[in-house]
Order: sequence, then structure tokens, then C-alpha cells
Amino acid sequence: MLGRLGFDSLPFYSAVAFSGASVTVLGGLVVFLLVTYFGKWRYFWNEWLTSLDHKRIGIMYIALALVMLVRGFVDALMMRSQQAIALNNDGYLAPEHFDQVFSSHGTIMIFFMAMPFLTGLINIVVPQQLGARDVAFPFMNSISLWLTASGAALVMVSLVIGKFSTAGWTGYPPYSGAEYSPGVGVDYWIWALLVSGVGSTMTGINFVVTIIKCRAPKMRLMQMPLFTWTTLCTSLLMSFAFPALTVVAAMLGLDRILGFHFFTNDAGGNMMNYANLIWIWGHPEVYILILPAFGVFSEVTATFSQKRLFGYRSLVYATAVITILSFTVWLHHFFTMGSSPNVNAVFGIATMIIAVPTGVKIFDWVFTMYKGRIIFHPAMLFTIGFLITFVLGGVSGVLLAIPPADFLMHNSTFLVAHFHNVLIPGAVFGYFAGFQYWFPKATGFTLDRAWGVRTFWFWIIGFYLAFMPLYALGFMGMSRRMERYEMAEWQPFLILAAVGALSVLIGIFCQGMQLYVSIRDREKNKDITGDPYNARTLEWQTSSPPAEYNFAKVPDVQDIDAFWDMKQRGVAYAPAQDYEDIHLPRNTGIGVFLGGLGFLIGFAVTWYIWWLVALGFLGVLACLITRSSQDHTYEIIPAAEIEAHEKARIKALEAHKPTPGDFWS
Amino acid sequence: MSTYSPKTTGSPGPTEETLDIRDLGFWLYLMTDAIIFSLLFATYVVMFQNTATGPLPIDVFDIKHVFAETMFLLFSSVTFGFASLASVREHKSQAVFWLIVTIVLGLGFISLEVIEFVGMIESGAGPQTSGFLTAFFTLVGTHGAHVSLGMIGIMVMIFQILIKGLTSPVKSRLHRLGMFWHFLDIVWIGIFSIVYMPGWLI
Repeated sequence: MLGRLGFDSLPFYSAVAFSGASVTVLGGLVVFLLVTYFGKWRYFWNEWLTSLDHKRIGIMYIALALVMLVRGFVDALMMRSQQAIALNNDGYLAPEHFDQVFSSHGTIMIFFMAMPFLTGLINIVVPQQLGARDVAFPFMNSISLWLTASGAALVMVSLVIGKFSTAGWTGYPPYSGAEYSPGVGVDYWIWALLVSGVGSTMTGINFVVTIIKCRAPKMRLMQMPLFTWTTLCTSLLMSFAFPALTVVAAMLGLDRILGFHFFTNDAGGNMMNYANLIWIWGHPEVYILILPAFGVFSEVTATFSQKRLFGYRSLVYATAVITILSFTVWLHHFFTMGSSPNVNAVFGIATMIIAVPTGVKIFDWVFTMYKGRIIFHPAMLFTIGFLITFVLGGVSGVLLAIPPADFLMHNSTFLVAHFHNVLIPGAVFGYFAGFQYWFPKATGFTLDRAWGVRTFWFWIIGFYLAFMPLYALGFMGMSRRMERYEMAEWQPFLILAAVGALSVLIGIFCQGMQLYVSIRDREKNKDITGDPYNARTLEWQTSSPPAEYNFAKVPDVQDIDAFWDMKQRGVAYAPAQDYEDIHLPRNTGIGVFLGGLGFLIGFAVTWYIWWLVALGFLGVLACLITRSSQDHTYEIIPAAEIEAHEKARIKALEAHKPTPGDFWS
Repeated sequence: MSTYSPKTTGSPGPTEETLDIRDLGFWLYLMTDAIIFSLLFATYVVMFQNTATGPLPIDVFDIKHVFAETMFLLFSSVTFGFASLASVREHKSQAVFWLIVTIVLGLGFISLEVIEFVGMIESGAGPQTSGFLTAFFTLVGTHGAHVSLGMIGIMVMIFQILIKGLTSPVKSRLHRLGMFWHFLDIVWIGIFSIVYMPGWLI
């Protein structure tokens, strides 16, 4: 009846596992009780969970990302503390538990922190930068969100019921096969990826179509803001690359559950095929994570240098070149796995070539700052921190792209230091910069500056302390993923790295404080103009937070910095004469149901509860047929209501007398 | 967020423009599906010689059987085309008729495929036997699963045409389902030329 699910699946076997499970369960319980106590379930259901408004979906994505950031960071803290003390002793984590921790850390940070974070920023900002009222497929947007959330929920549930994978975040066979990993861990991992991967594919399709089809009529492609350009490229990558992840995860699942022989040792399996397939997804994934952050840096640099972006065209072309090249380098993830020197050389050179367009971008940002009047907003601090730190990570990447060098350093902590050195400044700092930058747009009030500055300093100092020692340790011969070691000379470096992790912990605490202080003082920090930084792109023309329809009138785009140009011409806030009815998608709960069913199917397959799997798929079919038979999925906001709303806003603006860069006066 | 509560004064259907947008989205979806199939093809090409102790392709493929399957699927594509033409000309009953014919042909295809699979499994050539058969069953089975889903889609569309008539949303859904059905035909031609033909010739 319940497959392999039983009482022994609960984490009573280890104190550490039990406390992890307790925190998860208690956290969920506290949220549930708070919402019930305040009687907010109806509000959450009607206004948020079932919403098809891209801005609300974006906010929910980011909320998910922040929760998962904390979870993934706890994993990091556990690894750093274990390695700091595990010289010639077992530390406090059993080997198998340590393996679960590094596997879930990678899985969570990539799939359930970075992906929702960037998707959330894209959702909030891109339609507004386009002068659009919504995304092309609002309902599919909701499905994507809930599939991502249910993937995250599968990883979280593995803390409480059963165990997570010990096979690392890439799950290489044959170790991840049924023979060597018979438990439920790898199945949890597979289904978390399958469910959320389908969501990401749909996000990719959605934003390609949104950007191609839903721009303000006059906006040419070469007038799109840089963040929109990087989103277009990221979305193309998502729709091209994520199917590969779906394929490879499904194949591994077939091997494990039905005894197929894709990647097994015996009966003609081919495990090299796994390495190829997962990295055909995995390398573009790196650029899926980084390109949107590059977009954020472009917007932030221009706004806070108070200058037009330097080299707009070169930035667009560099982005496109990176997009294409990202598909040509996947083999550098396994130089040591037996390809011929010539093959390795081709992929090594292709890898180094990517440094060229990336370098172009770095110079463009630096030249944008040159002779600008730079405002050191926290978003700008993260951008400058990125510029310096990312170059280091890039250089270590070019070093690793040389196959003979890679033979020496692969699988060492040098590699760990390298990819954290590109992904933390390159992706995470970008998302944080975007969070600081667009927060007033999404919520209507600005973030506290002092706590933002503290966040930045603790994060960047923590980053250097945590990862520079790992470069050195890699040269000293330390392999990655060691839960104990005998080399006394490693320990000082590992203690230093743990101190770095503590600094990041303080940084995360500062982020929490920043949110708390800003929400507490939200009346004082209200963004009345909708344009707190005297910014340049269209999303700042809307009110903060924007009306449900974003723009009452489709904006008249004549320049790359469309909103800046409109301010110069004095038409940015011109009241319109004739308002029209606006069609907006009506809320629906089907997205939430599909997410729930995705979770149910993943959970049921993991535990071999086959009747529940069948039920889940029937439910999915029922949801899709129901939805596909609905013609009237829109509702109308009447022109009179829009006129009233817009006039009220213009009145407020006049009363406030907006001055450029209001926030800073 | 603004506490905006739009009142519904009517329930507009999708406009021509939103239908056009949906077509582009569906093309992109087909592209992602094409990537799934191309990776399955690549995997098959990598693995078809990994027969281990199991049978070779030539031992398990029955070219006449496969030819019959192919005819069913190709003609179902033609009949779907007739249904599309009928829907453009607003012939409701003709459209439904050709869709029913399409389902019958699709069922013929799926039945033959199931017979082939069951026969192979019973003769000890199931997907657990070797890398070659794993790749074969996954590729061909994924295609079969798509065809089955397509038939459910056709049934839904038959009901929608009968209940709602050939309204513009219904026609646009039928148009996209047609794209899906023809796409599966193209994939099948790939399967026939890359899986069955070489297996039979070599």
C-alpha cells in the first residue's frame, strides 16, 4: 500500500538528522499556524497563490529563493564546520550524512535558490521593461512557479522522510545507480530535478515569446534594455538545455526503477553518455544563471553611474556570443574521463574563447563607470564587488580550461573555489543587486541602505575568507568532499574558510535585518514617484508597486533608455486623453493543483507507491483538459476605473513634486 | 501591490493576436520536444551495438510489421490534414469525421506497436536485456506515449467541436494539435530510417 515507506523512514537514527527534520517541520508548522491565526488563508489563496500577475509570481519566486538560500547555506555551514574540526577525527557528521549535505547543498543552490531567484527577477521586471501588461502565457507562468516550488518541497521533505542523495549534485552513475545507491535519496534528487526542470523549460518558452511578441509596438530589438536582452538569451538557453536534463534524469530513473541499462556497468550500459548528457544541460545552465545577473549589472551600472550604458551594442553581441558558445564547451567538465588529446584541446580552446566576450562586458561596465557620478547604493556595491571578484574566478577558469592543468586540479578544492568564485559574484551578487535595486518597484518602499551596505561587506569579506583558502588547499592536494583528513597543514586553511562562512552568516543576518527594518519603516520609505533613482528604463515609469495592468497607455519608445528619453522630452508622466478597457488573465488555482500533483507523483515514485502515481497522472490530465476547454480566461478592467486610478497617481505625483533621484536627496 | 479589484463586465475570449502568440509558443514547445527526441536518437546511435548477451537488431525487427505501423501513422497524418481543411471551411461534421478516422488509424498504430513490444519482451528481448534494447524501447516508447497523448487530445477536440462548435479558440487549438500530430509523424520517419532500416539492413 505505501511502497517502501515505513516507520524506519523517519530520522530517528541520528541526532543531527533529527534536528534538521525538526527544524523543517517546526518551520512549516509555525508558518501554517501564523497564517491560520491571522486568518489569512483566503487572502493568500485569492491574492497570491492563484494569481497570474507576473509581478506577484515574481515575488513568490524570490520568497522561495530566499528560504532555500537559508537552507542551502545551513548545508554550507555544516560542511565548513565539519572540515574545520575533522583532522584525524570523525567530526560530528557521519560520512554518509556529510555526503547528503554536499549533495543537497549543490542541488538546492542551483535549482531552488539561483533558478527561482533569477526567474523571480525576470518575472517582476521584464514585462515592465518591454512596456507590456503581462507575459505571453500567464497561466503557464503559474504552472512553472508551482512546479519549481514542488521540486523544492521534495528536497525539503527528504530531510524528514527518508534520506537525500549522496551522489553529489550531478549524480554520476554507476554510483547513483540502483546497485550502489539502493535507497530513496537519488530518487528524490531525480524527481526534484524532473518536476522543476519542466517548470524551467516552460519559463524559457514563456519569456522568449513574451520578448519577441509582447514588446511595446515601437520598441526595436536593439532598443531593448540589457536585462531584457540577457533574459532573452537565458530563456533560449533554458528552452534548449533543460530538455537534456529531463532526458538524462528520466534515463537514470528508468535504470533505477525498471532495471534498464543506460548507465549500468553491465549489459551494455554506457556511463560516459551520462556525463555528456548532463553537461550538455549543465554548461548552458551556468550561463542561464549568470546572464540575467549580467543584465542586472548593466542596469545598475548605468543608473548609479548616472550615464548611458557604454557599448550597448557590444554588450548585446557579447551576450549572444556567450549564449552560442555555452553549448560548445560541455566536455571541459570531464577532461580526465578519457577523451583524446585533440578532443580535449578543441573543448579547452572553445572554453577559453568564452573569456573574450565576457571580458568585453567587463570593460563595458568599467567604461560606463568612467567619468560617471557614481552613487554607492548597495546594488552598486554588489556590482563593483562582482567586477573585481569575478575576474579572479574567470582567470582561474581559463587556467582550468587548459587540459593538462585540469588533470592536476580536477576534483580538488581548487575547482570548488573556482566555481564558487564565478557563481557567487557572477550570479548571487547579481541577484542581490537586482533585489536591492528593484525592491521598491515590487513593493512600493525602498530598502534600508545601512543594512544593505553591511550585507555587502559581510558577504564579500566572507566570500574571500571562505574560498581563497580553498584555492591554496587545492594546490596542496586536498580533494573536494572529504569528511575527514590526516594532513595537519590543511587545518588552518579550513578554519579560515569556516570563519569566512560565519561572515557570510552575518551577511545573511543583515539581509534579514534589512528586510525587517525596511518593512517596519515602510511608511517613511514610501516610493511615491515610482522612480526612486532617476533611472533610465521603462519599468521605472510605472507606479511602485505597479497597477495590475502596469501601463495604462502603451509607452512611446524612441530610445534605448526609453524612460530617460521620455523624461527629457517631458512626456514621461503626461496624462492620457482616452483610456481603454484592459484585458487581464483571471486568477486560477489549476497551477497550484498541478504543482501539488507534481509533488505527489515525485513522492510516490520515490517510495514506489504506484497507485498514487497513477492517480497523480490522472489528476494532471484532468487539470490540463479542464484548462484547455476554457475559453474565457480573461477579465476586463473598465476604462473608467483605469482613468480614476491613473488620475489619482498623477495627483499624488504633483503633490509630491518629483525631483530626479528623489531617493538620494 | 495595488489592491485593485477589477470588475468583470464581460468575458472576452482570446483575440487573433493572442492566438498568434500561442502558435509561436507551441512551435517553441515542439522544438524542446525535438531536442528530447534528438538526444534519445543520439543515445540510440551510441548504444545500438551494445547488445551484450542479448539479440542483435536484425533478430528482433520485423520490417513488414514496422511498414504496416508506418502506413497507419502516415495516413493518420493525411486524415488529420483533411480534418484541418474541414475546420478551415467550417464543415463541423466533416472535421469530426476525419478526426475519428485519425483516432482509428492512431489506435491501429499503437496496437501494432504494443504487439511488437509484447512479442519482443516475451521472446526475452525486453528493455532490461541490453543497452541496445534499453535505448530502443525508450526512444520508440517515448514516441508511442506521445501518440497516445495526441489521441487523448484528439478526443478532447472532438468533444469541443461538438459542444462549442468551430469557434476561433477551438480552431486554434485544433491547429496546434495538428502541428503536434504531424511532428510525431516526422519523428517516426526518423525512427524508421535510423532505428529500423539500418537494423534490418546491417
